Amino acid sequence: MKDDIILRVAAKIVMPFMLLFGLYVQFHGDFGPGGGFQAGVIAAAAIVFYGLIFGLDAARRLVPDRLVEALVALGVLIYAGVGIAGLLLGGAYLDYFVLDAHDTVHGQHRGIFWVEAGVGITVSAVMLKLFYMFAGRGQKE
Amino acid sequence: MSGFWGHYTYFVTVFLMVAGLYILIARGNLLKKLIGLSVFQTSVYLLYIAPGKLVGATAPILADGYAVYSNPLPHVLILTAIVVGVATLALGLAIAVRIRDAYGTIEEDEILERDRSEPDADAEPLARPERS
Amino acid sequence: METLIVNVLLTGLAVVVVAMALQRNLFGVVVLSGIYSFLMATALVALDAVDVAMTEAAVGAGVSTVLLLGALHLFSSMEAKPLHRPLLPLVIALGMGAVLAYGILGLPSFSDPQAPIHVHVAPVYLSSVMRETGVPNVVTAVLASYRGYDTLGETVVVFTAGAGVIALLRRRKRLKEKDK
Repeated sequence: MKDDIILRVAAKIVMPFMLLFGLYVQFHGDFGPGGGFQAGVIAAAAIVFYGLIFGLDAARRLVPDRLVEALVALGVLIYAGVGIAGLLLGGAYLDYFVLDAHDTVHGQHRGIFWVEAGVGITVSAVMLKLFYMFAGRGQKE
Repeated sequence: MSGFWGHYTYFVTVFLMVAGLYILIARGNLLKKLIGLSVFQTSVYLLYIAPGKLVGATAPILADGYAVYSNPLPHVLILTAIVVGVATLALGLAIAVRIRDAYGTIEEDEILERDRSEPDADAEPLARPERS
Repeated sequence: METLIVNVLLTGLAVVVVAMALQRNLFGVVVLSGIYSFLMATALVALDAVDVAMTEAAVGAGVSTVLLLGALHLFSSMEAKPLHRPLLPLVIALGMGAVLAYGILGLPSFSDPQAPIHVHVAPVYLSSVMRETGVPNVVTAVLASYRGYDTLGETVVVFTAGAGVIALLRRRKRLKEKDK
């Protein structure tokens, strides 16, 4: 599909907007519909779209396998890390009230922000890895 | 309103559930079974979310000017359920791909036939991890 | 009016599922499952579940269809004709449907404000969310804060699915050379 000029140009124009929309959905999940899951899937869809048009190898060059596998684990670590931070600062596991010394509502904001970031990272990396695995299986070595 | 039209959403949910179950147990093709399983799961989402809806209410995002909100609790449970559903689908498809490599087919009848006729044939061994 | 929209969308869903059961071309079945997910997302918006609708549209119609097409590429594209008519599954399905239909008549009617679901936990969440967390989206607040453990478990499930697919589908280059 990369020989078709319309698809190539359209993909290059649309892909940054998809990534930007993914970031918007991630960080505005507090004020409108959205959050970590949706944003992760939208971001992965942008890279999958790139891979469909320009080929799986081009997508693998853009986002390497090692990076995707590291991100899969990193999101869960961030989430668990927020819980540990709650423990270290004196509260229970995954207690957000203690995350800010002066204002409990601000502590909740911080907790929710990092937790949703962790979820978004893991979900986007896993969806992208699934695409790499299934699409890569069909290629002849 | 009560009776049939008051419960119409639940009746459709039950129909979708039963249809998904039928596709799952009546068809032999592994891919169709997985799709039937996902239909079954999505009907359960409806079963949870439909009772939470209040006619005239709005989505559960607090804003000035709205007093009545639809129930947010089922939405939370179903968000998790949707992502777990796609995780199940991905793993099921991966196993189906490996079955295809081992037996050459994804039709349940042919797989059982192959197992019955050559029980100890050389199926492809389990993958050992690549050292890379 | 809202109820009419919801009912029409749900009837469309039922029609699509019947078509899916009868269709034997697997590519057609995958496309029908994408249509089903989009209709489900629209029905969820009509039921005021906007977060869930966005997730269903992205995950069900997006990722699921991509994965099914990616797997379909590795299979043959027609489902084989069944050897015998599936009467026992049909009887089981219809029997279960009859029992469930009898049971749901005991549920509250659609959109009943006095139903138990609206009386216990939900008003507590709706009233205390702004005061305790300051986040207007109640679903995000409950998901990330009030029920944060469930979301941690769910993130681990997603991680496990990724790890499982990596383990199942990783290429075994060196093994093939040793065997042959």
